[in-house]
Amino acid sequence: MDQTFLMVAFWAVFKALVILFGSVVIAAFLSFVERRLLALWQDRHGPNRAGPFGLLQLPADMIKMFFKEDWTPPFVDVLTFWIAPGIAMAGLLIAFIVVPVAPDWVVADLDIGLLFFFAMAGLAVYAVMFAGWSSNNKYALLGGVRSTAQTVSYEVFMGLSLMGIVMVTGSFNMTDIVNAQKDCWFVFPQFLGFITFAIAGVAVAHRSPFDLPEAEQELAAGFHTEYSGMKWGMFFVGEYVGVLLVSALLTVLFFGGWLPPFQWFVFDYIPPFFWFAAKTCFFIMLFILIRAALPRPRYDQIMDFGWKICLPITLVNLVGTAAVVLLLHNPA
Amino acid sequence: MTDTVTQTPLAPGAHFEVVQELQQHFGADAFVYQHTLDNMPTLWVPRSQLVAVLQFLRKLPRPYVMLYDLSATDERLRQHKFGLPMADFTVFYHLVSIDRNSDVRIKVALSEGDLNLESVIGIWPNANWYEREVWDLFGIVFSGHPHLTRILLPSTWEGHPLRKDYPARATEFDPYKLNAAKQDLEQEALLFKPEQWGMQRGTADEDFMFLNLGPNHPSAHGAFRIVLQLEGEEIVDCVPDIGYHHRGAEKMAERQSWHSYIPYTDRIDYLGGVMNNMPYVLAVEKLAGIEVPERVKTIRVMLSEFFRITSHLLYLGTYIQDVGGMSPVFFMFTDRMKAYDVIEAITGFRMHPAWFRIGGVAHDLPTGWEKLVRTFLEWLPKRLDEYEKAAVQNSIVRTRSVGVAQYNKDEALAWGVTGPGLRATGVNFDLRKARPYSGYENYDFEVPLAHNGDAYDRCLLRLEEMRQSLRIIKQCVDHMPAGAYKADHPLTCPPPKERTLQHIETLITHFLSVSWGPIMPAGESCQMIEATKGINSYYLTSDQSTMSYRTRIRTPSFPHLQQIPSVIRGSMIPDLIAYLGSIDFVMADVDR
Repeated sequence: MDQTFLMVAFWAVFKALVILFGSVVIAAFLSFVERRLLALWQDRHGPNRAGPFGLLQLPADMIKMFFKEDWTPPFVDVLTFWIAPGIAMAGLLIAFIVVPVAPDWVVADLDIGLLFFFAMAGLAVYAVMFAGWSSNNKYALLGGVRSTAQTVSYEVFMGLSLMGIVMVTGSFNMTDIVNAQKDCWFVFPQFLGFITFAIAGVAVAHRSPFDLPEAEQELAAGFHTEYSGMKWGMFFVGEYVGVLLVSALLTVLFFGGWLPPFQWFVFDYIPPFFWFAAKTCFFIMLFILIRAALPRPRYDQIMDFGWKICLPITLVNLVGTAAVVLLLHNPA
Repeated sequence: MTDTVTQTPLAPGAHFEVVQELQQHFGADAFVYQHTLDNMPTLWVPRSQLVAVLQFLRKLPRPYVMLYDLSATDERLRQHKFGLPMADFTVFYHLVSIDRNSDVRIKVALSEGDLNLESVIGIWPNANWYEREVWDLFGIVFSGHPHLTRILLPSTWEGHPLRKDYPARATEFDPYKLNAAKQDLEQEALLFKPEQWGMQRGTADEDFMFLNLGPNHPSAHGAFRIVLQLEGEEIVDCVPDIGYHHRGAEKMAERQSWHSYIPYTDRIDYLGGVMNNMPYVLAVEKLAGIEVPERVKTIRVMLSEFFRITSHLLYLGTYIQDVGGMSPVFFMFTDRMKAYDVIEAITGFRMHPAWFRIGGVAHDLPTGWEKLVRTFLEWLPKRLDEYEKAAVQNSIVRTRSVGVAQYNKDEALAWGVTGPGLRATGVNFDLRKARPYSGYENYDFEVPLAHNGDAYDRCLLRLEEMRQSLRIIKQCVDHMPAGAYKADHPLTCPPPKERTLQHIETLITHFLSVSWGPIMPAGESCQMIEATKGINSYYLTSDQSTMSYRTRIRTPSFPHLQQIPSVIRGSMIPDLIAYLGSIDFVMADVDR
């Protein structure tokens, strides 16, 4: 066996494991971060008892969740009921393999990186659908139905919102997209694309104000009403995986990924990953701030908003970008 | 000792316009006029003429548009009847005319062997639940009622608890046991069967979903159950189910002394605190003939308005939470804590001070109370402005509530809606202005009105009402009269103690008053007040005893819930949630 091949293989597996564990741990830790941040904005303390600043809250929660009775109600469709949390957790987690966190730090530098993300986001809706259907509970079913309709509507323009970038870059590859932002982050030329993708991203992650599938005030716990213990925990972590993924994508696609904001000699000493992490953290906090600040529109209002406002905007963006690209690159 | 006859039989009552109108139309012999201590025309009508009389009152020029209350009394043990018609049971109808700003009370006598009356749902739709309640608690049958079943008690209950022969204490029953068979039976009784409510299970093409919302649901605001008939997420019809919070407050009043019942009133609308004491002590004071000092009136108004603010703050927070905004409620709880700090310094308790007394309040105001109140008066207005800007005017809150769960003035009156829910439809009816009590006529404040009658207007009105309450409180601080905090009257409870050690007669009165409790003269009195959620009243019947003979508690939340199906048909589930949030009800207030 060739020594260098082994080294390369080991290096690839190592990177994959780091990113896998990194994203899972960060996603889980976000539950604590969110609670503390919400508390800060809501004039209260949040979990601050376990360990310094409440930092041990996550281990405490995990211990609780692992030892909780994981009850499968007798009336559910067992197979689907068990698969759903798996998809919830895995679907968006797998999409991380195409996200470059630093130069050369990407698990699979696929040329169809963006398409792979869309495919995984499309799969993720099955988690909610399966959970809603298999639970054999009316609240869960309503949650599942809402989720399906919402995801289908929002994925339509989520895909379109990024086509402007693809057109400018000429590639679906995420590393290429980051490198194309050396001079100017895409958030400026593709501002409409950014806005619509951010909205669709919140919707795909089922975060407030698009958390209709589990709207507590209306559907109690929505699609995961019947889940308990670690299966519920997987839905819970899955939601934060979504938050993390969408934040990372916003960074990579619109805010130059690991690139520093501008060239300055001091920035040469800062590792590129820092920029990626800092920008991602910013968007995560934005997600949480949105949740703290906004009420929830009604289900049909969300549909209207998606089809009647966001979709036309992405189309305008698409046509406009195409015109500009043609104008600049057409030798005639 | 107190054998003054306060009721004179067959008094003409001709000074009431409505009595003249009725006598002109039906003849003077048709009625028996009863004198009551609340100065409300009270007429006894023979059963055969009841519906005609009620219909006449509903159709009069300046009509009696609202069936404010309907309940009954078991008269079989009552001793002081003063030549009123012979009755084993009495059913009374309390009607309100907004145009006249006056009420009338119609009574019907029933004999034990023939407890039958005609239903009046055709005249006032909100008679439905009231008649069910009377059937439930007294066993009086209303013929023509579409669904005469138990409402406050479970359908498996035996007996009619407000009858005088029904025991009031648990020790008078065998110990309660719940075995598996009985539990199954109870569970079975709770199952919703659409056919019983005349509902279809589906159409030719599709089945409806029947969604059981509550009694444990985050937005049901307590133990409230509502069964929805759904087509997708659209509500075809719904059936509210109440009674999960019933604890027999009216029955308890019949075994508590006049004084010791006060803490129970705090818990009727558990967010209203001492505001609940107000109608009760005012009604008792009418029975006793006590005139309280100005200082007492002002203190009572000030604390009532404090509780209006704490209740409305909770309303605003939970309303915004119900439409999905999670943060504001925490800020409002901070404000409520500040208000409770003041309340605690004055009364010694926070939520349920039970602080008003018959003829006064429990203590005088503590030293330095003005400073505390003024600090709060400075704190809140800025916060209210912030809430209005940051939360209430938010565009999502507006799209969620403008035009949602809308009803107009006529519907509101027909369903017995009072309080901000009524004023949101443009009806200017606030008892603090319309029929001032406890000195409200002396204050300068406005009654906010709105005209759309939707969830958003109900929310805005309460925000504005808080500002008006602050104005009232400010006037209380600025003009707090000096004087006693207790009336100098033998029936004041606890009685003044200063002279007891010098004067044997006072000592005896004092001893009896604190041991047995005061004996209220026989008579009937009712006091309505503008409570936090609408109009709340206590209708007391005294049979010259240390305890009330009958205490009827009319709460605003009860009719407000009854109205739900008529408003929400055709809307979506999230609209129902916004609607429930905008009503501002408390289940303890509904079920009593």
